[in-house]
Amino acid sequence: MSGMPDRASGKAPGHTSGKTPGRTPGGTFVGMPAFPRAAHDAVRDPTLRANLRHATRTIRDRRAKAVAELDDWDRLREAGKQIKDHTLRHLGHYLEQLEAAVTAAGGTVHWAADADEANRIVTGLVEATGEREVVKVKSMATQEIGLNEALEAAGIRAYETDLAELIVQLGEDRPSHILVPAIHRNRAEIRDIFRSRMARWGRPAPEGLTDTPAELAEAARLHLREKFLRAKVGISGANFMVAETGTLVVVESEGNGRMCLTLPETLISVVGIEKTVPTWRDLEVFLQTLPRSSTAERMNPYTSTWTGTADGDGPRAFHLVLLDNGRTDTLADEVGRQALRCIRCSACLNVCPVYERAGGHAYGSVYPGPIGAVLSPQLRGTASAIDASLPYASSLCGACYEVCPVAIDIPEVLVHLRERVVQGGEFTRHGAKVTLKPAGGHAAERAAMRAAGLVFAHPGLLRAGQRLAARTRRAHPRTLPGPGRAWSATRDLPAVPAEPFRDWWRRTQEGPGRPERTDGREAGA
Amino acid sequence: MSSRDIVLGRIARALGPAPGEPYDAYEAAVDRGYADRHGDLTVEQTVDLLAANLADYRALVHRTEETGLPELLARLLAARGARAVLVPPGLPPGWLAAADAVRVPDLAGSTPAELDRADSVVTGCALAVAETGTIVLDGSPDQGRRRITLVPDHHVCVVRVPGQVVASVPRALRRLDPLRPLTWISGPSATSDIELDRVEGVHGPRTLEVVLVEGADRACAGTITRG
Ligand code: SF4
Repeated sequence: MSGMPDRASGKAPGHTSGKTPGRTPGGTFVGMPAFPRAAHDAVRDPTLRANLRHATRTIRDRRAKAVAELDDWDRLREAGKQIKDHTLRHLGHYLEQLEAAVTAAGGTVHWAADADEANRIVTGLVEATGEREVVKVKSMATQEIGLNEALEAAGIRAYETDLAELIVQLGEDRPSHILVPAIHRNRAEIRDIFRSRMARWGRPAPEGLTDTPAELAEAARLHLREKFLRAKVGISGANFMVAETGTLVVVESEGNGRMCLTLPETLISVVGIEKTVPTWRDLEVFLQTLPRSSTAERMNPYTSTWTGTADGDGPRAFHLVLLDNGRTDTLADEVGRQALRCIRCSACLNVCPVYERAGGHAYGSVYPGPIGAVLSPQLRGTASAIDASLPYASSLCGACYEVCPVAIDIPEVLVHLRERVVQGGEFTRHGAKVTLKPAGGHAAERAAMRAAGLVFAHPGLLRAGQRLAARTRRAHPRTLPGPGRAWSATRDLPAVPAEPFRDWWRRTQEGPGRPERTDGREAGA
Repeated sequence: MSSRDIVLGRIARALGPAPGEPYDAYEAAVDRGYADRHGDLTVEQTVDLLAANLADYRALVHRTEETGLPELLARLLAARGARAVLVPPGLPPGWLAAADAVRVPDLAGSTPAELDRADSVVTGCALAVAETGTIVLDGSPDQGRRRITLVPDHHVCVVRVPGQVVASVPRALRRLDPLRPLTWISGPSATSDIELDRVEGVHGPRTLEVVLVEGADRACAGTITRG
């Protein structure tokens, strides 16, 4: 088993279409270069960098203000962590409870062990309605499994209805941010995309469309409205699932979620099993922490909750597809499982100096930024080049931990995963224990470190990273697991937080045996 | 083996034997030491906070006594030029007594495209949350099905104060029934997807007007202190 190529690293048949970039089901984007190379390209793209800098800084400052309004923030954060930890510790129990509650409320529950199975289930459900098109509300789970491509292969058109997702879909592009997937596009680019592409998908862009945000939003409203009003099948994810009641929760801003959840006759929700919370009351924590962490609002414009089907209101049929696809493998790792607490707020992206510079695409996954760096390699294994390099896409400054509303210690998981890449060892893949061989000659490590050098060659950026790191160290007494300590003792990688990244970088850069520059493609191959 | 068994089996192997019965462990596992509400506000101040937070998220806020409600609603609809107004089945009959607009009922057979022809919708609400500036609809007869507050471009929502006002999200959840489909609304629909400029109104109603009406809630007076 060891060294077996990850499913994600191979090219999947029939999934490379002209509509959206090809992606293996549940895997990396096809042909995705490893993080170092992708980051290298991004760092040299001035438009992308300017957009990212503006965007991440704006959200970051607003978030800090929204959080400061609540004097019990730390306690909410701790409660959120505890709720999620408890749920994960008893996940089987709560999933069975959830299943029973959803079923009792008129819904149908399906279980999908992996992406292919989830895609098969959803495709079959859509086909059973006789419809050839569906409206979709932004859902990371369905991106993760490559649902749109699978539907397309079955001759079903999936319309993304989130404005940013629409921009991405029309632009035949990839999302680059959890919350603002088109963060890498500026208004002029968006106008050009609307003008040239909308007609192909439905109602064309209005004549004389300018690039003011209000006009662009109006164009999207008109384009999508006809689709909403005639849609018979809606597909969504969910932010939370309440085990005791069987209630699903979708948090959104634009109203496209409400459209997809309310107007169609059939609703299919594809949700990762880790989105479960035990009780209705638990929402009082997350409905306070999620909007403030995410969009920096006291509350997002729209939150919908529904339990099964309701008489005469909304869809007559409701299907819930519970998705594993690597989550149980992640659960098996005692250090790594905390990544499953993630509520996808994206706060960690906006504070991350690497993300700000490299952009979301460099992570080669629907989960970009710090959370992607810890989640993707766990969901997919570290056998592919991109996944092996992801744990290195960080300076370990700790800013991500500091803002995380469920206190995921991302640096701790990163170090743990680096250890896995470099040292090899046992982990769980598709539910079975496998042994990973150490990356030959530490190729992954070397390649990734070169990437880090590239991203961090900028002194101003490093200073920012260091400031954040200093703040984190105060707030955060971190201990590394035993093997991590041993590993860091025999290598020039510091135990966190013993040595500031900059010092370490200078030292290793100037030290003997510094690897030569290459494009980093050999990483983990 | 079914996928259900596969997934549950993987979970069991990943976790090893779980300590104790989950539900027994649950109360102890979570420290609920966070605030039940923020700040020590009087009933009046709580209503003022609701008004301020609603306005901060660009809902248009109006306040009136119960007796002035029909005139106010008529004025709001007229100012908007609304000719057809969607009406939930249990809207108090007096509310639209002074309005000229044609009442459009939400019939079982109405298609979304037909609803799209209505200019406005007038509803009550289940409750409103002061700290977040949120109104919550639960599909009761004075609010109707979810779709009627979604398709029209103009939503007028009446909140009885102080009876329907709660201070905080925790207090709101305690008063809501999870088995009903709920819609939490905080300002008009918005997007920040284009260079993070906030644009009001993408798919939901682009104009949200909230009417805080006093003296209409004798039946539920005092809930604000309990809620
Ligand atoms: S890891 Fe934490 S901060 Fe990052 S998206 Fe998830 S919940 Fe938010």
